[in-house]
Amino acid sequence: MKEQTKKALRCEIGFTLLALGVLVAVILNIWVGSANISVADVFKILFTDAFEGDAVNTIVWDLRLPRLCAAALLGGALGVSGYLIQTYFRNPICSPFELGISSGAKMVLAFCTVVVTNFLGGMSGVSMVLASFVGSLISMGFVLLCAGKTKNMAILLIIGIMIGYICSAVTDLIITFAKQEEIVNLTFWSMGSFSGTDWKDVAVIAGFVLTAFAGTLLLIKPIGAFQLGEGYAQSMGMNVRLFRVLVILLSSLLSACVVAFAGPVSFVGIAVPHLTKLIFNTSKPSVILPGSFLLGALFCLICDLIARTIFAPTELAIGTVTAIFGAPVVIAMLLNSRRKSA
Amino acid sequence: MTRLSAHDLSVGYNKKVLIGGIELEIDAGEVVTLIGPNGAGKSTVLKSITRHLDLLGGTVYVDGEDAKSLTFRNFATKFSVVLTERLKTERMTCEEIVAAGRYPYTGFFGKLTQGDREIVAESMALVGASELADTPFEAISDGQRQRILLARAICQQPQIMVLDEPTSFLDIRYKIELLGVLRRLATEKKMSVVLSLHEIDLAAKISDKIVCVDGDRVLSAGTPEEIFRGDTVRRLYGLVRGDYNLLFGSVEMEKPQGTSRVFVLAGGGAGISVYRALQRRGIAFSTGILSENDVDYQVARSLATSIVSVPAFASVGEEDVARAAEETERAGALLAACRKFGETNARAEQLIALAERSGIPVYSSAAEVPEGSTEEGKDAE
Repeated sequence: MKEQTKKALRCEIGFTLLALGVLVAVILNIWVGSANISVADVFKILFTDAFEGDAVNTIVWDLRLPRLCAAALLGGALGVSGYLIQTYFRNPICSPFELGISSGAKMVLAFCTVVVTNFLGGMSGVSMVLASFVGSLISMGFVLLCAGKTKNMAILLIIGIMIGYICSAVTDLIITFAKQEEIVNLTFWSMGSFSGTDWKDVAVIAGFVLTAFAGTLLLIKPIGAFQLGEGYAQSMGMNVRLFRVLVILLSSLLSACVVAFAGPVSFVGIAVPHLTKLIFNTSKPSVILPGSFLLGALFCLICDLIARTIFAPTELAIGTVTAIFGAPVVIAMLLNSRRKSA
Repeated sequence: MTRLSAHDLSVGYNKKVLIGGIELEIDAGEVVTLIGPNGAGKSTVLKSITRHLDLLGGTVYVDGEDAKSLTFRNFATKFSVVLTERLKTERMTCEEIVAAGRYPYTGFFGKLTQGDREIVAESMALVGASELADTPFEAISDGQRQRILLARAICQQPQIMVLDEPTSFLDIRYKIELLGVLRRLATEKKMSVVLSLHEIDLAAKISDKIVCVDGDRVLSAGTPEEIFRGDTVRRLYGLVRGDYNLLFGSVEMEKPQGTSRVFVLAGGGAGISVYRALQRRGIAFSTGILSENDVDYQVARSLATSIVSVPAFASVGEEDVARAAEETERAGALLAACRKFGETNARAEQLIALAERSGIPVYSSAAEVPEGSTEEGKDAE
């Protein structure tokens, strides 16, 4: 019993700290930037009309706020989709990015962007998400087809990486034959960034991400059972086939959202679920799912802050920053799991 | 009524039938064990019963109802399993693993009620693993893991428990404990237990019924007494070298080759260790004068080239000593494993005296028997 209260306490402390962290990161994201705005002014802008019509007002309300909302929501989406994929394959070393799912989304989206902008003008946010969702499902389908043929996780990961290469190559091909102005956009986007998000985008992101996240919360019980392996899960009365389909759809939708609005973002999907388990010292989905969402949001807020301020006014690609912070975590994970199995 | 029955079952992988025509009947409170060589299809049969593999033909009935018609959840309240696949968990305590067994009974979000918690604690106590509740599953030994998995299966409160080789990786103490718990579940809680085992000796001791699975068919099924009569085990496992003693459930190695080089005077259990020592050194031997209800006789049957024996409870007569003397002379050496002689084997003393008189070497332990020299000596003569 003592152990249980200790665990509950750890949970409460963990969530409080994460929430505080997100709050601080949000404030920092509004405050820090190439335009100098004092903290006091930030609060005035947010809560009074004092700066109505001023440039700083626009900067905070139309640039920084939507951008940080996008970073937080998409970061959460990355964390959750990574967790879902890791649960599905029962392997801590995979995420939509590693399995080529993000690259598939990127490919289809690039294709659609080039085709649609040539014939119809720009693409709307929703259609971008749908295009990359289709792309996610295509490469996910291919990965699953391979998963049916081999039970070997290492081979599956390699296949995923190969799919990633193929899709990236095709994307490059598309970009090569795109028009000059599209190239600039596509290249920038294919590197990944949260910049240029407006409130309309945020609404679409929130719609998709929050719906999908709510969907995953409904799967808490089966996810927990699935942790014991497919055989046990089925023997405990779970419809494994239905569960698998739902997990695939949800994680693809989440990662598709990220790709549509921020481009492919590496390492968050792998590192965040693992870090969350480390923080809470449990793998209970009822804790890890919301935990991954919060930590993903925090992680991306901080990374985005670094990306846009460290070499300001030059902005870094978000992938650059997440990789620098995420890669060491992955390496530590690999070494740790190696030590455990040895 | 029969709790679980299988009628004309065909099982296999990828639509290819491995074993066909399986008939099984299991009552409440019965332990049924599948035995058979590696790769014979024991797991395939079990997985087909638990719906982990699609049936390729036939029907499984649970309480007279077709198992196929049960929902996943209903099925889970009737069956629970202990599988061979090794559990890969991350940061889960043993209690959490056991509690997972409550899955078919908990609500949409899987929250445990007080009643559920009591059942979890009870299940852990039943397998003697209460003190492991807060320990991470990764941190415990194989034997403890198997107990936790058994507790999980108990926690699911099934009518039928299916276990695939639950004793692999376990040392002898855990084996006995685990099978003891299964036997108790069957006898006290009227649970039906179906399992596969490699240890045929243990199978004979805990099972009400034994099913021999051999490659493409079920060789035979019946009570342990029926199955272990005759040479079913030798046939089932294709045992050509070595022997399996059904009475003791013990394994003997291959009989040493060649003609007997020493006659072992044994009886009352004194011979067994000598026989085994001679076998290890590859020295062929004959033995006597054994009563047929002597423990030595059981092992001698597997290891000795020839045995001079008398019927059970009969006393050793003059002619038996003569036969033994003949054997001794042919072997060219005598090993007296026992030096204590009572009323029934008083005549054995005669044999030693006889050997000493005719200059045949008399040893008192297997180590004294020279390496191959007897044979060479005989050749020289």
